[in-house]
Amino acid sequence: MSEPVKDTSGGSPFLDVRDLRIHFPTDDGLVRSVDGLSFTLERGRTLGIVGESGSGKSVTSLGILGLHHRRNARVSGEIWLDGKELVGADPDDVRRLRGRHMAMIFQDPLSSMHPFYTIGAQIIEAYRIHNAVSKKVARKHAIDMLGRVGIPTPDKRVDDYPHQFSGGMRQRAMIAMALSCDPELLIADEPTTALDVTVQAQILDLLRDLQREFDSAIIMITHDLGVVAELADDVLVMYGGRCVEYGAVDDMFHRPLHPYTWGLLGSMPRLDRARTERLMPVKGAPPSLINLPSGCAFHPRCAYADRTGGRSQTEVPELRVEPETTHRAACHLDVAERRRVWETEIGPKL
Amino acid sequence: METDAVKAAEPAAPAASPAPGGGEGPLLEVTGLRKYFPVHAGLMRRQVATVKAVDGVSFSVDRGRTLGLVGESGCGKTTTGRMIMRLEDPTAGSIRFEGREIATLRQSRLRPLRRDIQMIFQDPYSSLNPRKTVGSIVGAPFHLQDIKTEHGVKRAVQELLELVGLNPEHYNRYPHEFSGGQRQRIGIARTLALKPKLIVADEPVSALDVSIQAQVVNLLEDLQNELGLTYVVIAHDLSVVRHISDRVAVMYLGRIVEIADQADLYTRPKHPYTKALLSAVPVPDPAARDGRERIRLTGDVPSPLNPPPGCPFHPRCWKAQDRCKVEEPALADEAGGTPGHAVACHFPEPAPEAAPVP
Repeated sequence: MSEPVKDTSGGSPFLDVRDLRIHFPTDDGLVRSVDGLSFTLERGRTLGIVGESGSGKSVTSLGILGLHHRRNARVSGEIWLDGKELVGADPDDVRRLRGRHMAMIFQDPLSSMHPFYTIGAQIIEAYRIHNAVSKKVARKHAIDMLGRVGIPTPDKRVDDYPHQFSGGMRQRAMIAMALSCDPELLIADEPTTALDVTVQAQILDLLRDLQREFDSAIIMITHDLGVVAELADDVLVMYGGRCVEYGAVDDMFHRPLHPYTWGLLGSMPRLDRARTERLMPVKGAPPSLINLPSGCAFHPRCAYADRTGGRSQTEVPELRVEPETTHRAACHLDVAERRRVWETEIGPKL
Repeated sequence: METDAVKAAEPAAPAASPAPGGGEGPLLEVTGLRKYFPVHAGLMRRQVATVKAVDGVSFSVDRGRTLGLVGESGCGKTTTGRMIMRLEDPTAGSIRFEGREIATLRQSRLRPLRRDIQMIFQDPYSSLNPRKTVGSIVGAPFHLQDIKTEHGVKRAVQELLELVGLNPEHYNRYPHEFSGGQRQRIGIARTLALKPKLIVADEPVSALDVSIQAQVVNLLEDLQNELGLTYVVIAHDLSVVRHISDRVAVMYLGRIVEIADQADLYTRPKHPYTKALLSAVPVPDPAARDGRERIRLTGDVPSPLNPPPGCPFHPRCWKAQDRCKVEEPALADEAGGTPGHAVACHFPEPAPEAAPVP
């Protein structure tokens, strides 16, 4: 495999994902977990990736980190990180980038930490792989990092085992570990889903502060639209392995252009509005990735699919930039009609 | 309160909101409920400590209404639900169902009770036997209770499946053939088989995807309207609880710290913990990101093994004073406050001057 190539064009984005496809051949057929995904992300910015289980959000993040085994997964497309292409790169080169340039926070810190080693030992190991320093220096760095993420008396807790930490503290330790090498790209996969709300608020604050300090790019993967609205600059909505809507966070919440996004917004009871009599969920259930519906994958659940003259059933809609905006949506329905439906039928009821 | 073995210090049960028709009093009345788990250690397995999982909880639920129990993990909400079901034996306190004491019923007398009180579980994957068909899962209550159905069990089961929005022809399928949301519907169908009066739902939607969550919440509301069910919904998601409940109780370290009608609690929270909880919920509106008043609690919930003296919330409370460290506040209606809005705090929050959110 070739050396990672330097991108010569100067002002390219920090992270540029182009037409990423991650397919898994199985006995039951080809699972198209991610099927033609493109997005960009700059340093200091946060991208929220939203979707239900099986929409391909976690597979995407593992793909960026190069954590899919080549024997199981077929990865194609391009991932440019700071001018280096990762999809065709040597796995050893990608491994050297991992930790130092990109890191991940997993949903469940208990299963992503080793129960036999102390928290400190696990941070020290990661730090020493990328930095030629003595154990003593690395230990000092580990204590420093634990203190930064708000662990009280870090010089004592550094020698604790993961089970001695509470859920919120474990997630903090996980963040300390991910940030120990000062990565430019941080991928957080449902980092607060397993936590209580008061602890979730602490962790979200922490991520916000650390981003300001380190100027890192963050990909936040979640199903919680509230978390996205709190943290993200841009939002990408996934459905059946494809992006159905992508735009700035304000557009997504105030002028969403895809019926699936409307469904997600209508599904959640909101504390910031008067109590609604009834939630307006999307009907049906998420599709199987082996046997995706024809045409627009969302059409069997879409209330507007009959207004497109049959195109929803036959043609995969393209992700199109709406005129005069940066807002993209993949829907056959005329954009003027979608704006009208949102403003008159959906928006007022939320 | 004849059977109530609890010390006299127990605060009176908060006044119930008026029942909507049918003046026979509340369907469920819980008073001074406690559950202590012993902790054993050492060679002789001596008891070295006690976890006070639930420590004096009182509330009542009227017929056809929904009570929401909210709180963070370890606050005792699930244990409270399990005691109502008598899946756990209470250490002290009384549970009156239709006026009858059930906290002290012997195991052998519990089976008839199960007809009236049923439970919906959190995880639709582990609460259905993978080796049984949907038909035998949903039909099991009829056999267990030896109930004769008019047109046979199969017909009854198919009617139940239809009621919860499943295809009755899927009678012979196995749980793994269904999605998470459909499995939760199977669990609800089983719950409804015996036409219970009270349903205890422990995190009924938290394992489901957002769009499916909303479907199940709507289903629970429809069933309540159709069948006149009474719910105790246990959940950590404050927005779901607000949507589904008539009355809401907030728990912290085994105690109820605030209980009120839904609208009252969410617009005029009085306990600092309730206020902090509400302000910690992320709001799905990016415009509100900066303008919102946020209360950030520090630290974690203390261990129920070693709860702080005085008010259990005082180590994390920004209003705590010396009195809070020694004297535990009783749950009581505030003088001049809304009737039925009880709070356990020495320094409750004043009512906000601004009008509630439109």
